[in-house]
Amino acid sequence: MTTHRELDDMLGKGWRKPPFIRRAWLRYTILIGFAAYLVAAFLTIEVNWARVYEGLERGKQFILAFTSPDFTSRSGDIWDGMVESIIMTVAASVVGIAISIPIALGAARNVAPLPIYLACRSIIAVSRALQEIIVAILLVAIFGFGPLAGFLTLSFATIGFLSKLLAEDIESMDRVQAEAIKASGARWLQWINYGVQPQVMPRLIGLSMYRIDINFRESAILGLVGAGGIGATLNTAFDRYEYDTAAAILLLIIGIVMALEYLSGIIRARVQ
Amino acid sequence: MLRLEKLVKTYKTGDQALKAVDLVVPDGQVLALIGPSGAGKSTLIRCINRLVEPTSGKVYLGDTELTGLSSGALRRERRRMGMIFQEYALVERLTVMENVLSGRLGYVGFWRSFLRRYPQADVDEAFRLLDRVGLVHMADKRADELSGGQRQRVGICRALIQNPALLLVDEPTASLDPKTSRQIMRLICELCEERGLAAIINIHDVALAQMFVQRVIGLRFGAVEFDGPPEALTPDVLTTIYGEEDWEATIRKVEDDDSEIEAAE
Repeated sequence: MTTHRELDDMLGKGWRKPPFIRRAWLRYTILIGFAAYLVAAFLTIEVNWARVYEGLERGKQFILAFTSPDFTSRSGDIWDGMVESIIMTVAASVVGIAISIPIALGAARNVAPLPIYLACRSIIAVSRALQEIIVAILLVAIFGFGPLAGFLTLSFATIGFLSKLLAEDIESMDRVQAEAIKASGARWLQWINYGVQPQVMPRLIGLSMYRIDINFRESAILGLVGAGGIGATLNTAFDRYEYDTAAAILLLIIGIVMALEYLSGIIRARVQ
Repeated sequence: MLRLEKLVKTYKTGDQALKAVDLVVPDGQVLALIGPSGAGKSTLIRCINRLVEPTSGKVYLGDTELTGLSSGALRRERRRMGMIFQEYALVERLTVMENVLSGRLGYVGFWRSFLRRYPQADVDEAFRLLDRVGLVHMADKRADELSGGQRQRVGICRALIQNPALLLVDEPTASLDPKTSRQIMRLICELCEERGLAAIINIHDVALAQMFVQRVIGLRFGAVEFDGPPEALTPDVLTTIYGEEDWEATIRKVEDDDSEIEAAE
């Protein structure tokens, strides 16, 4: 009756979930080490409190500007910047998404053969490694100031974002549904159209909406390095210390992003 | 006629799923493949239409040898083999009609299928099949709105619209209740008889298999242990296939009393 003796030993002992790191000394070393590092890291931050005190006044002005945003005195510039940003966003999203879809198919291991998979994954890695601002600076250097550089930057960034996430969705799709289409003697493209596309469509639409949202916000940043859009107008307003105009622009951006968020919520609920 | 010669499948992990299986299925014969989980039943039928590539051996469908075919020729041969799946494997976000018509993908060009402009004959046949299984009123519903039994009937339509010579059926009743299971098995067997189709049906439920098929193959560790009529399945035979158990209750005669298939709802 060995089993019973084992059971008797266990009864009345209580039970705890086994710890993630089993060796106690290693567990506590990591915990204490992490805490020590955190404290040390905080101690290296140098704060010039006198400078902060001065800066508080400017911060206050900036925040107070939101109580009296000035939409009118630069309305022409704001309008032009907004239109440019929206054109950049729409064009870059359409082009970026269109290029992303074939790359995503190539970057999904269950759809593409190994050489194509590696090539597409490399494209994605490059696109993701280069931050938008860096790409924008490079493209502004090549194409000059203006929205063309912004449009190309956002298209490029969209590819890295959308292809990666879409490829991951394709890789986690239900294999059997796709297998059933293959078993009917479908060609490769038919297989994608019937077996894969319906499974990943909601994710593709959701990600696209999210990317449009990101592209619009990015277009406001890219203007700071000369790539056109509302960001250029915003930059000018800051340079002239026109905080009330800057506040107006920021409020518009917030409004549009919120509208996009609301819209994407509705669309995603519809396509489930 | 389907003929397997020394069919072997060894997975990359080293597991030998099939050990030189020889099998002949004459035209129009409905055959049940039984055996414990992991015996290689699923692998066997997937090796026939090469959803799983066999390691060695030959598969003849009529006069065509399948294992050596190029991908284009394989696609053409797959049209002659309809497949029915365990969890139905309908594309859930497509409509019932699209799922049925997807059985014609091997026959129509890409643009026709992409635009869902199928030849009238295919559309008529799809409606006829849906009517035969009592689901014609569901044609425009999305597949994930259907119940399990309804989905499997759509899966049957999808396989039949290929106009196949052979049905490969993988655990058609595994996720269905007992009554629906019988209805589905009866439907498959009736349709095979109507159309003179041969079928290989993987099935766990030995009693259900005995009720409907003409021949039973028992698979154990990737080899054929039993090949005979359903009446010959004795407790001794089941012990050689599955291992020691009390089999009397499993093979007792089950009365077949439920009514014809009714369209659910």
